[in-house]
Order: sequence, then C-alpha cells, then structure tokens
Amino acid sequence: MGLKKILDNLKPTFSEGGKLSAFGSLYDAMETFFYVPNETAKVRGAQIHDAIDSKRSIFFVVIALIPAILFGMYNIGLQHSIYTGGCAPSGCPCNDIFGNFLYGLGVMLPKIVVSYVVGLGIEVAIAQWKKEEVHEGFFVTGILIPLIVPVNCPLWIIAIATAFSVIFAKEVFGGTGMNIFNPALVTRAFLFFAYPSMMSGDKVWVNEKYMDSINGPIGVDAISAATPLGQLAAGEPVTASPMETIIGTIPGSIGETSVIAILIGAVILIWANIASWKIMLSTFLGGAVMAYLLRYDNAQNFEWWEQLTVGGFCFGAVFMATDPVTGPRTECGKWIYGLLIGAMAIIIRVLNPGYPEGMMLAILLMNVFAPLIDYCFVQSNINKRAKRAAKK
Amino acid sequence: MANVIKITKGLNINLKGKAAAQVSAVAASKVYGLVPDAFWGMKPKVVVKEGDEVKAGDALFVNKLHPEVKFVSPVAGKVTLVERGDRRKVLSVQVEAAAQQAYVDFGKKDVASLNGEQVKTALLESGLFGFFIQRPYAVVADPNDTPKGIFVSAISDMPLAADLDVVLKGNEADFQTGISALAKIAKVHLGVKPESSLANTKNAEVTVFKGKCPTGNVGVQINHVSPVNKGEVVWTLGAEEVVFIGRLFNKGIVDLTRTIAVAGSEIVKPEYKKVLVGAPIGDIVAGNVKTDKKVRLIDGNPLTGVKVCEKDFLLAHSTEVTAIPEGDDANELFGWIAPRFKEFSVSRSYFSWLMPKSKEYVLDARVKGGHRHMIFSGEYESVFPMDIYPEQLVKAIIAGDIDRMEALGIYEVAPEDFAVAEFVDSSKVELQRIVREGLDMLRKENE
Repeated sequence: MGLKKILDNLKPTFSEGGKLSAFGSLYDAMETFFYVPNETAKVRGAQIHDAIDSKRSIFFVVIALIPAILFGMYNIGLQHSIYTGGCAPSGCPCNDIFGNFLYGLGVMLPKIVVSYVVGLGIEVAIAQWKKEEVHEGFFVTGILIPLIVPVNCPLWIIAIATAFSVIFAKEVFGGTGMNIFNPALVTRAFLFFAYPSMMSGDKVWVNEKYMDSINGPIGVDAISAATPLGQLAAGEPVTASPMETIIGTIPGSIGETSVIAILIGAVILIWANIASWKIMLSTFLGGAVMAYLLRYDNAQNFEWWEQLTVGGFCFGAVFMATDPVTGPRTECGKWIYGLLIGAMAIIIRVLNPGYPEGMMLAILLMNVFAPLIDYCFVQSNINKRAKRAAKK
Repeated sequence: MANVIKITKGLNINLKGKAAAQVSAVAASKVYGLVPDAFWGMKPKVVVKEGDEVKAGDALFVNKLHPEVKFVSPVAGKVTLVERGDRRKVLSVQVEAAAQQAYVDFGKKDVASLNGEQVKTALLESGLFGFFIQRPYAVVADPNDTPKGIFVSAISDMPLAADLDVVLKGNEADFQTGISALAKIAKVHLGVKPESSLANTKNAEVTVFKGKCPTGNVGVQINHVSPVNKGEVVWTLGAEEVVFIGRLFNKGIVDLTRTIAVAGSEIVKPEYKKVLVGAPIGDIVAGNVKTDKKVRLIDGNPLTGVKVCEKDFLLAHSTEVTAIPEGDDANELFGWIAPRFKEFSVSRSYFSWLMPKSKEYVLDARVKGGHRHMIFSGEYESVFPMDIYPEQLVKAIIAGDIDRMEALGIYEVAPEDFAVAEFVDSSKVELQRIVREGLDMLRKENE
C-alpha cells in the first residue's frame, strides 16, 4: 500500500506542531478522499455502522448531475453554432456534435474550475480556522453554480458570487448542514440582483465571447437569443417546440435546458434514495395545477404543461428543492413544501412582469418557510402528546 | 385472541455468525464480578469488605438513593476485590467462587397467595428488584413508585441477539410464575412474536408484534400499547429476568444463570452458553474467538452493546456476547465511489439491496465516515417506529432545551431505541450517547 505509506509519512508534517500544520485540514480532506477513515466505534453506542456516509451521498448527487452537465456542454456549442455560424446547407455546424461539445467544454471548464477553486479554497481555510474536517457539501454546490449561470457570465463575477454565497449563506451559519438558504441559489440570486444585466433571464443565453475574443466581444444584442420564458414575458409567441424544450436544444442556463438529462438525474437520485421523491413529485404537481389555472391563451403558442419543461423548473425541482438541509425535515412537510414551490414558481413567472423566471425565488422563499412547515407538524405531535397526558 | 400490532418501520441487519440453537455449559469461573454500571442511574454503596464470605443472593452493594434496592452476588465465595476507578467510582465487586455453591434461602412461596406488596418485598430482599428498568429516564426503578404497567418484551430482533425461544426453553414454568408474580404489582404487558407459544401466558396482556428491528425493543412496544406520559412510570424487565423471579418463588433461591448467545463472525463456533451473570468474558469465549485478525468483543449485541475485553465481567442485563472484526486496519480506498460489495447499507448506492435477504454480512467496528451535522433528513424516521420525531428530539437534547425534550416525548425513549437510527445515520451522530445524556440531564433537573 504505497499511497497509504506516503500519507502516513506526511501526517506528522501536517499535524499540530508540524511544519505544514496550517494545511492540516487540506491533508485531512485528501486522506479521507483516498481512504475510508479507520476510526472505530466508541465503547458505548452502536458498534457497527452502515457503510453510507455523507461523502458518498453527496458524490452521488454529482453523478446524478453528469447527464445535465454533458448535455449542457453540448448545448453551449450547439447554440453558438446556430447563432453565429448560421445553418448553411453545406456543412451545417449544428450537426457537428463532437465539435459543439468540445466548444461547450471549453466554455464550461473554466467556470467549474473557478467555482471549485474559490469555494473549496474558502471552505478549507474556514475548516482550518475552526480546526474541523472539511465538509464535502460544496462538491455539489460547486458544480451547481456553473450550471445555473448564463453562458457568458464572466469568471470574475462567478468568483465573487461563489465567495459571497459560501461565506454569507453557509459558513456564517455553521457550515454544511446548518445553512438556511441553498448556497447555489444564493449565488444565482446574488448575480440576479447585483448584476441584473447578466442575469435578467430574457436576454442572451448564448456564448459569443469565448472563441471570438480576438476580435473583441461582439455586442450582446447582436446575437441575443430569447429563451421561451423571455418570449412569454414579452408577450411574444414561443418559438421553441415542446420537443425542443424537452430535449433541451434551446437557449437557457447551462444545466437547465434538457428535461431528459435532468430526469435521468432524478431517477439516479430517487433510486439511490438520496433526494426526496416526495418533494420532486409535489413540486411538479404544484406547478402543474398553477400552470393550468394561469394558462395563456393560444396567442403564445404555449400549452399550460409546457411551463414545466421550460426554464429552471425541472432543474430546480430535482436538484435544488430537494436539498435536504434547506428543505423541511418532516416527511409530511415535504409534500407541502414541494406543492408551494411549484405553485409559487409559476405564479412569479406568469403574474409578475418583472421576473420571467420564478423557480429560484420560489425555492429561496420556501427555504425560509421550511422551518415553519416543520413547526406545524412537530407541534401537532407535541399537542397530541400534551392532550394525552392531560386526559389521564 | 391477542392484539396484533404491525410495525412497518425498521431495519433487519443480517450479520454472519448467528448462534446455533444448541446450549452448552461453560466451566465454572474462578472469579465473578458484579458491575454497578450495568444498573444505570444507581449510585452503588458497597456493603461487603474484601475477605467477606458471601452466598449467592447476599447483597454486594446497594443503591445509595434507595438502600432497600440490593444487588446480590451471583455466586457463593469470598469477596476478593472492590475494584475502583477514577474518583473512587466502583467498577466491579469481585467474588472468588467457592467450590461448593451455597444459596441464601428466601423460601419457596406460592405466588397466588401473595399480594403486590409482598411480591415487591420479596424482590427487594432477593436483589431481583434491581433488574427493573423504569421509563422515564431508562434507569433502575424506584421502589416507591407505582408503575402503571410492567412491560416485558419476549422478542429479540437486534442483530445476533439471543433467540428467546432457545433461552426460555425449559424455563417455561419459571417464566409463568414470574409473570404471575409481576401481575400482583401492576398490569403486565407481554410483547411476543407471531405464532409464539408465549402467547398463551396467563396473567398478562399479550400483544403480538410483527415487524423489523427494533420492534423487539420494549420502548417501541410501550409506545404502541400505552405510551408514557409525563408523571407516569412504567417498569420494564427482560424476558430472562422474569425467569429469575420465577426461580425465586419456585425454588426459594436467587439463581442468575442465563442462557446467552455467543455469536458473531469472529466466533469459531457460535452457539448458546449457560453462564452466570458476572462471569468473565474471557471464560465465556475461551478458545472460541478467531485469531487471524483484530477482534472486538462486545457485551451485548453490536447495536446496543458495550465494547469489552476478556477480563471484564458479563453485565447483568446482557443476553449475548458477540465478536466482530475491529477493522481499524482496513484502509479501504475510495469509499465514496467504490462498489464495496461486502458492505451492508440501506442506501442503494451500495448493492446490498440487490442481494437476497438471507445474505449474511461481516461488519466491522468502523464508523465508516466522518462526523457531520445532520444533513440528510428522514433517515432516523425510517427506522424509528414510535410516534415521536427522533431528529427533533435529538436536536432538543443537543441544545439542552429541557421543555422541548419533554414536549417531544423524551419520557418514552431509552438510548437503545435509537440504536438502529444510529446505525443508518450517514452523518455518524452518536445518537445513543446523546439520548443517554439527555435522559440524565432531565432526571437531574426533575429531582
């Protein structure tokens, strides 16, 4: 076991009193990344434990995100080809799947790197300061952030937003497991309110700067591609067909466009019993009911159920609303929580002219109400017990 | 027809090395030790001196808070050592067994002719009262209380636990006598498995429980039959301890012989052994432990037991001694992604859900993960079959919020009720320790 030996040899250097003790948390993180901790159960208490730990659960969320990531990369390239190359009959660039994917990979990778480096850097520093282990929660947040920002969001803005959310949405509350708001959504909300021109949701979702940077960025309006939600907000007919919105070949945030890729992720999450199917199902139910009640007339060329396939609805329902830390902790509460998120997202979309997309705000709003929902169910249990005691 | 209660929540953990249904005797040990820590919540006052001669049934120590509650020697012989630890805490009182066993004669009694007070007095005198555990607080019972019921669970479904059908075999008459005696003190509730012959037990309200572990926990049964409210007290007793009481009345002696399971993947020949309470663990497992790797000996089952070494003594309430691999040299690579086919998990990110239910697992003592705040929700609920919110209760205990603990039902629980939840917890929170601290905190507050 050569690796183990190397790690063991390095341990004194990183331990308290060692030369590199300031990086102890980093060493710890590496060690537990490679090896399951050999710590055994205490004298009293359960002597055996389930093999599942938070690291594995959290990495399974990342695995569930892979279809959306891969499709997102392809779609970046595809949208770029459509809006810059034009679709000439001879050699249409849209059909070059591999080329489009590579282009998207080139756009996406820096965002992922920036998000992880900034977020994990802060997490490791804080863990070191608090003399704690590095918690793995950011591995999900760090990949969610690049998936929910616009394609042409500058890297420095991502860095600032990530830093803001890790510090003010998570660490000030005590780290993974203690936060009130979903950190990835706080990142997006931060961008949304601090840099509205980048995030308005009705403008550019196509990357045009990256490859053309030699000539300087092309003006934003020159190749703006409207998302279905942008068109709806403007009262225009939606150009994307239902098939396109389900497959995901439409402009939008990187990870949110493909319903199919997201549903593959949902299946993985539910199968591994990591995310709550109750929240997912009830979010779709709540959204469907509200979308039906607030359906458009036919001028928009948009059926009510298409609301659930466009924008961030699917992505939010599967990956954001199901965050166990910021959602309700009671099983009954999860139904209410999901129903309200779905309904609220559609209400914001349809009734509020200022915001074409409502999913982010709906989830953040319900993050605030999750403890209240729990309170009602827990209190009813408490009341039942009090009543029983009074009756005797 | 007995009332049938079906319980859906829970988890059966199928461990390798279950005891075969055959009983063998263990040779008499040289020294036996009674450990006060097995009687939680009691302050021991040692009433013997080193060098005293005692008979089986003579008190070794009493509860300082209630001196009438005695804890008696399982054997006759000479007191050799009062072992003390930090701050003179009594760790054990050790008796060197005499060649010829002699018992204190408490006199045979016909239970039918006794009243509740007389039964209680007989139990107090003989030291068997100390086996009662009360709810609330899960501590040694207070003889001045009037319990609203006495609960006995005749189901043992913890992993590797002794099967009570084997344990009670041949002791049926004593068991019935014991139940009849208890019925004089308070209403007796007996929880049994489906199609158990114990369903015909007289003088007890029998309830049949169907379900997975921890259905056999008496706390779960209380919660379904007659939950403990604030101000109420119930007493609980292990099924084999009822037999002790039966022996007292039928034979006039205190005979603390148990049939315990010696089980686990690291036991060469897992089977049942007839031993006395207080026998050294080393004698019980002598020559029967595999030596190819580091082994953890557990007094009790792997979910609620205590890690012990060979020189420790069998605790009073233990119904099994188990041995599992320690596993602290496993150095498993990439646990967060490797398939790890040998592991057992409720999570389907492993493959144990695909395996047949009969597959037996060898689990070691590793915690298998870092300690975290509670991240994933619903884990405890899925294996906690009581009308209580376990996560909220544990959080109230961590916060030290006494009022909220009471409101959330801490009076109804014992640490063992959280054992399966502690097993499945992906955040690796020490639930049983936290609940124990909460109960002790509340007890101190209410004294």
